[in-house]
Amino acid sequence: MLTFTIRRLLLAIPTLLFISLIIFLLVDFAPGSPMSQIPLTVPPEVRLKIIEAMGANEPVYVRYLLWLKQFFVVEPLVLWDHWWGTNFSEGMQRIVSWQSRSPVMDIIVQRMPQTLTVIGTSYLLGVLIALPIGIYSAYRQYSWFDQIGTFIAMIGFSVPTFFTGLVLILVFAVNLHWFPSIYDTSLRVTDWESFLKQVRQMAMPVMVLALYNAAQISRYMRSSMLENLGQDYVRTARAKGMSERVVVLKHVLRNSMIPVVTVIALGIPSIFGGAIITEQVFRVNGLGALLIGAIQGSDLPTVQTLTFIFAVLIVLFNLIADILYGILDPRIRYD
Amino acid sequence: MTDLALEKPRSQWADVWSQFKTHKGALVGLVVFASLIFFVSIGPLIWTKDPTFINPDAATMIKTRNKPPSLEFPLGTDQLGRDMLARMMKGGQVSIAVGLVAMTISILLGTLVGVMAGYFKRLDGPLMRLTDLFLALPLLPLLLVMVLLFRDPLAAAFGPEGGTFLLIVSAIGVTSWMQAARVVRGEVLALKEREFVLAARSIGTPSRRMILRHILPNVVSPIMVAATLGIANAIITESALSFLGLGFPPDFPTWGRLLFDGAEYIQNYPQRVFWPGVAISLTVLSVNYIGDGLRDALDPRIRGR
Amino acid sequence: MKMKTALLGAVASMAFAPAAFAERGSDGNVKVLYSQAVSIMNAYLSSGTKDVEVGSLVLEPLAGFDEVGAVFPRLAAELPSFENGGISEDQTSITWKLKEGLLWADGTAFTADDVVFTAEYCMHPEGGCAQLAKYEGVKSVEAIDPLTVKVTFTGPKPNPFTAFVGSTAPILQKAQFANCLGAAAPTCTDANFMPIGTGPFMVTDFKVNDSVELAANPNYRDPAKPTFATLSVKGGGDAASAARAVMETGEFDYAWNTQINPELQAQMNSGGKGKFVSGFGTLVERIEMNMTDPSPDLPEGERSTAKHPHPILSDVRVRKALSMAIDRSLLVEVGYGEAGRATCNLVPAPAIYASPNTDCMMQDMAGAKALLDEAGWMVGADGIREKDGKKFKMLYQTSVNPVRQDFQALIKGWWNELGVDVELKSVDAGVYFGGDPGSPDTFQKFYADAEMYANNFDGTDPEPYVAGYTCNKAPSPENQWQGENINRFCDPAYDAMVAELIQTRDEGARAALIIKMNEMLTKDTYTIIPLVDRGRLSAHSNTLGGVVLNVWDSEMWNAQDWFRVK
Repeated sequence: MLTFTIRRLLLAIPTLLFISLIIFLLVDFAPGSPMSQIPLTVPPEVRLKIIEAMGANEPVYVRYLLWLKQFFVVEPLVLWDHWWGTNFSEGMQRIVSWQSRSPVMDIIVQRMPQTLTVIGTSYLLGVLIALPIGIYSAYRQYSWFDQIGTFIAMIGFSVPTFFTGLVLILVFAVNLHWFPSIYDTSLRVTDWESFLKQVRQMAMPVMVLALYNAAQISRYMRSSMLENLGQDYVRTARAKGMSERVVVLKHVLRNSMIPVVTVIALGIPSIFGGAIITEQVFRVNGLGALLIGAIQGSDLPTVQTLTFIFAVLIVLFNLIADILYGILDPRIRYD
Repeated sequence: MTDLALEKPRSQWADVWSQFKTHKGALVGLVVFASLIFFVSIGPLIWTKDPTFINPDAATMIKTRNKPPSLEFPLGTDQLGRDMLARMMKGGQVSIAVGLVAMTISILLGTLVGVMAGYFKRLDGPLMRLTDLFLALPLLPLLLVMVLLFRDPLAAAFGPEGGTFLLIVSAIGVTSWMQAARVVRGEVLALKEREFVLAARSIGTPSRRMILRHILPNVVSPIMVAATLGIANAIITESALSFLGLGFPPDFPTWGRLLFDGAEYIQNYPQRVFWPGVAISLTVLSVNYIGDGLRDALDPRIRGR
Repeated sequence: MKMKTALLGAVASMAFAPAAFAERGSDGNVKVLYSQAVSIMNAYLSSGTKDVEVGSLVLEPLAGFDEVGAVFPRLAAELPSFENGGISEDQTSITWKLKEGLLWADGTAFTADDVVFTAEYCMHPEGGCAQLAKYEGVKSVEAIDPLTVKVTFTGPKPNPFTAFVGSTAPILQKAQFANCLGAAAPTCTDANFMPIGTGPFMVTDFKVNDSVELAANPNYRDPAKPTFATLSVKGGGDAASAARAVMETGEFDYAWNTQINPELQAQMNSGGKGKFVSGFGTLVERIEMNMTDPSPDLPEGERSTAKHPHPILSDVRVRKALSMAIDRSLLVEVGYGEAGRATCNLVPAPAIYASPNTDCMMQDMAGAKALLDEAGWMVGADGIREKDGKKFKMLYQTSVNPVRQDFQALIKGWWNELGVDVELKSVDAGVYFGGDPGSPDTFQKFYADAEMYANNFDGTDPEPYVAGYTCNKAPSPENQWQGENINRFCDPAYDAMVAELIQTRDEGARAALIIKMNEMLTKDTYTIIPLVDRGRLSAHSNTLGGVVLNVWDSEMWNAQDWFRVK
């Protein structure tokens, strides 16, 4: 397993470089320009000057190599300097956003907290709700519990998040005045009072996303459990006189986890990617909002950096999923 | 068991159907789905109002805006006085077609990649790295590039509507197969080591038959889940695409679009979001139950129990 | 309307009376919501209006525009004029006198050097200054003494109030930006996010594309202002939810540019927590007619260029008929309500430049049909008009936007009624307005027969705006499809008028010329079909007093006068 992990990690380096090149070319080739949000009153000559000042008119390969250098040399040096107080990165150009003219990494660090708290909590909550519901639904297939669970899950999945978000705002913010409709990123949690405030402002976006995630994961959990409950080993285990609890929660559950682990592992990087629509509806302004704003403004350095970090996480978590397969089912071997 | 040999041999599909019939949810789902298809395909022949017609006379137009359901407009009208029933029918044609076709593309692609990667060790690395690549690609620029490259050639080859349809279903299909692929691969990896597969392999079953006879039937259930979730996803994504100028012309109603347009009016005219919302949910629910029934019916362990 | 505004003004000033005794910072916090988030505080590197507006809370120009579009002094002691000798007789220079005793927020003195530096900063060839147009025609800027600045132009400048005037051309502090000239401009992140200014507020915390926290400037020139101790700006989301946060939930005090449909406006007004304010500037939603042939059958590089005149729309009668079929007041009622009014002009304001032309106001379907008959376009068997075997078919494009899609649908209905086959297309706004020469969908490339969008001009001088329609400013492959003459309109007589306008110095003569040019583009040739004069609609809560909507400058122009209604 260890050699497998090391081999995969080494293989990931060329893969990621290739992915970064494809992303760069794709974003560069996409129609749109950093000038799209500048008012039309700014004359064309001035627009050309601005593009020149950004360096956006350089050939693609020059910009790509520059980005590689900035990402793999300058940014780590900056981080090093930040930790140890050295100044190796003095005078080096960091990756700078075209929209705000500030280092992209700083913006990412600035936005990490709200994304991790809101999206992370909702994902965790979604998983925690989904697993028991999926297990029990499968165990009592076609019971009332199962039918209602199916119904809610399907509604939750077929109604888009912009819509659930809007309905929640109208109910809880406009009519009941329970929760604020706008997320305050400047809020610092220092005491009980501000903690409650934080919980209140997180409530609605977390609800929206947790419903959506739980809907999806519970379906996979249920179907996988059903598949396994019919297997011969379950009959054998029951025949041996094992308690129902042990049969279901130990044997069946463990064997049913593979698709669920896959789906969850695919979902974790998207926590970092943020939830574009939900973040916009509630103005959480996390990484998802950053990415979509950068895409709309054709802010290539930001899009490239964010997507690349996202790609690293995807590769990493898919690797973790593969390792977990081996733990869940020792018969799976990779070497 | 012994009686079975004496009975007249029955075809497998008759067996499947008789099992399917016993599944109430599946039957209801089938009926609902059939009536939805009937509604969107035969409906416009009976209810012949033009879904994009706006009364050119300003005074009449103003009077027919945002009407609640009535005999003249059974589902009411939208903000420009267009008939909602006609729009729901016309929109359903596209939404259901896009949902089914895009889902099929994404499931076929996902299953193919997943099975290949899980079963053949040599393909695992390259195919899974390809999956990683597609997962990492930012969707929006990818779609914009697809429009840029393929819209005009497709429109020239298949006409504007056919070209747009093809572009949309392939855009959705190509960008949504990865989850199915990862899930199927995981299952195949585990299946490959199971006794019955090892047994089949030891008697020299060729790979093709191994996959078709032994592997695929056992990964049907996650595929079914991916398929039902995929339909909902495709219908919603279609509406998002039209906001990028990638979809059908802006006055062309689809369920996702009707839902999106109606959201603005939700406080004053809740029926505007109610109809498309119900239609999408019904489609997804019915497909889900049909899928449930099919899976039970196809599973020989459950069948005949 | 006038009466109402006057009354409102009176009420506001009366309500203001007690607040005048208020101390600086006595009213606590005020929360402002921008549906587009702020990226940078420095207007010269801004990527949109929102940056300029929020930046104007901190950085101020020498003079600004008030709510009626008149120039008034901010950091200048008085407005330069011919009478006080501030503007030279030959209009080649303007001399600004600065207010005495002005301090930057950090306590240092504000001097003429800062003004000179600002011009140097923006006019640096490598700086990529977004407001360079403001400094066009400036030959030199020099400090005569610490309180006097002289701006010399390359030639006579009939409107000298461009450089250092308006929120798009504020003064930067030399000490802070001295190392940020030219290529170094983007590297000064701290200065760009937290500029030191002379305005009523100063930045205490800046989160890119998210929120800005500001506090009252302790060195602001009026010791009693601003009455708010802190001001928070939050960004993101959409217009409807921004309006909701002020009008229905009351979470925010002010929401910028809450452009929503009239029914939603009425619904939110009944929320009772706030009110909408609207004002009209120069933003006109229009349909542009393509004078050249956009046919995809033409080789790439010749589509929509002057080489091929449009086969259908080249006939002025056809264009006029298309305009006559449109009911503009209905468009306003459906799309904008209070925040729009029908117009036939490209230049709807200021009043002296606005043509009295109203001939497009009434829809005339019969007249339009007759005109098309006269032009030789006869209704064919399938109800579509045709001429010499050619069908009247049009592609009509615009950006993705709910109101624009409603307009498209309505106008398509009317044109169908005329017997015109219309295909609609909507393009993602980022692509449409992006101007990427590689994309076929930009509004400059104009691969369609008609297209719709809105445009306006900066400040109150329409000269650069109307000068954009000369033959040589048509977008074409030679200039990478950049250029303001979207229609590819080309008339030597018009070019001659532009040349004349640049030479003309008399205000009355200029106004007459601009009106004539406006009419030439609209009612004489129907090259541009103006639809709606779009106002600005913003919302403020009932507890926020002193708000005066200004469409000529930043909406935050008088934030120092805002106060809490108790």
